[in-house]
Amino acid sequence: MVTIVFLGKLADLAGAPSLQLSAPLDWAGLKAALPSALAEAVDDPRNRVALNGALIADKAGLQAGEGDEIALLPPVSGG
Amino acid sequence: MRDIRLLHQMFIPGTLIGPFTQANPGLGGVCTFVGEVRYDQGVEALELTHYEPLTLPGMHELADRAFARFELMGLLMVHRVGVLRPGEPIVCVSAAALHRRDAIDAVDFCMDHLKSAAWFWKREKRDGQWHWIEPREQDHSDLARWQA
Repeated sequence: MVTIVFLGKLADLAGAPSLQLSAPLDWAGLKAALPSALAEAVDDPRNRVALNGALIADKAGLQAGEGDEIALLPPVSGG
Repeated sequence: MRDIRLLHQMFIPGTLIGPFTQANPGLGGVCTFVGEVRYDQGVEALELTHYEPLTLPGMHELADRAFARFELMGLLMVHRVGVLRPGEPIVCVSAAALHRRDAIDAVDFCMDHLKSAAWFWKREKRDGQWHWIEPREQDHSDLARWQA
């Protein structure tokens, strides 16, 4: 399984802080498994993606395997 | 002396600042900033969410940059997560140095980056409803000060 972690506002859209999806998982597979409003939101370039705690530069190139954790990170709040 | 922490419970800044100052014998100056949750109109609570694999490592990277940029003897950087009430301390940054300018500027540098670029998501509760806090233009200009 792959764990998907939703931060900030994305957790509200997801209705939960995390979910589990079957491995392997790529970007298209991830979006297909999410509700459409959330799939659209995660495509927004301001929302970043981390794989196992490391930010990835090209989210379209995401490849997650068994036991991996994907975090979907909206822009951080300001002061 | 370097002390970088995320705290899940209320803290009393004085209990950190005293020992931090003592742990840097021979310092010429120490500068401390404490941020508290403002009593904004109608705000009942503020909640900070973080992402464990990024947030604390990001604070350590920020501390590395502060040590590289300023002549520091010590740096204390403590940030709260969880639910906070107005008046509670949310952040404390203290820098010890031989000379005041390094201490003052290091605190200013860390605060601008903590507020605008650290991995925290904040929402506030007003009239029983939670509202996410969006990034502000001011945050970008605060960061731009350090890019020269």
